Amino acid sequence: MSSASLEPRLERRAAMAALVAGRDDDLLVVPGLGSTTWDLAAAGDNDRNFYLWGAMGGAAMIGLGLALAQPQKRVAVITGDGEMLMGMGAFATIGVQQPKNMAVIVFDNGVYGETGMQPSATQGGVDLLAIARGCGIATCLDVRDEAGLADLAGRLKVLDGTLFARVLIDPAEPPRVLPERDGVVLKRRVRAALGLADGAKV
Amino acid sequence: MNAPVNAQAWPDRLYDVFKRARIRQVAYVPDAGHARLIERCRADPDIRDIVLTTEEEGVALAAGAWLGGDRSALLMQSSGLGNCVNMFSLMRSCRFPLLMLITMRGEWEEFNPWQQPMGSIVDDVLKLCEAEVYRVREPGEVEGAAERAVQQAFGNERIAAVVLSQQLIGKKVWTK
Repeated sequence: MSSASLEPRLERRAAMAALVAGRDDDLLVVPGLGSTTWDLAAAGDNDRNFYLWGAMGGAAMIGLGLALAQPQKRVAVITGDGEMLMGMGAFATIGVQQPKNMAVIVFDNGVYGETGMQPSATQGGVDLLAIARGCGIATCLDVRDEAGLADLAGRLKVLDGTLFARVLIDPAEPPRVLPERDGVVLKRRVRAALGLADGAKV
Repeated sequence: MNAPVNAQAWPDRLYDVFKRARIRQVAYVPDAGHARLIERCRADPDIRDIVLTTEEEGVALAAGAWLGGDRSALLMQSSGLGNCVNMFSLMRSCRFPLLMLITMRGEWEEFNPWQQPMGSIVDDVLKLCEAEVYRVREPGEVEGAAERAVQQAFGNERIAAVVLSQQLIGKKVWTK
């Protein structure tokens, strides 16, 4: 394991709360399935959250489609290392598109928390920051402490270019907080919040 | 729709359908059969063309696009369908529209036997995933099939696939 494992890591619920604290109506958040969805629900429900209960590996690409469709809004994908590793090609796809209004944030705890704490590839030395940089994402942040988290939260309020952040997260799993799980309801409330009619022929 | 259509013109008819349907995002893993359509979309400032590393990225992208009010299309070769299957759960769980245009390999004058295993199960896989399937064998059928798929996808929030037979696309030339 890397030396990073010896440092104190950020607690996930506090980290998520810091990122979405005082959010405005122009911020749309797509968490990954599992822990980051529970974290986002715990931070307070919001019609502009599109919780995922599946689609592993798809969070960043859902965020890209949304960011391209809504250039006047800001989109934050906040997912786990396991979910991001499954869809790592999205770094390349997003690196080519360079949406100005999009951030991909990975809560990297180095384990698959939902399935029994099996080590992920990041614990095995894979560096998501290096991968994001190599895919052409210009702003890549290594968030390890409260100050880094505060800086990231500030940047989320005024995105101006594709951003990636790896947030080193403590592997401890707090109790689950479960949001709505009907996908049709979740879809419709995001669209309604954006002023899109149900089934609109846009 | 019944008038004879130039065999080279059908990709342009697909582009026309995209424009009438106000498709704004076109994602693809390239296939030779889609080369002309991709070229048309890349040249259009009102269409965002998105090259993917793997086809399931395009399924997730289509979900995000619709969340944000954009209509999208996903272009792939038949081998790419197999990469999408789990991500279709997202579309079915949330009833997201998904318009796919799939060019066939492995079914007609195919030189490469490795294309056959996935090519042979395309229609069955699509049906298992509750997609509406529009099979096209003749150039004159392309436009109408695509129109119906657009209606099914965006009107009814379903997965709709236009499957373009290899017979329509022609034999891949292996000697240069």
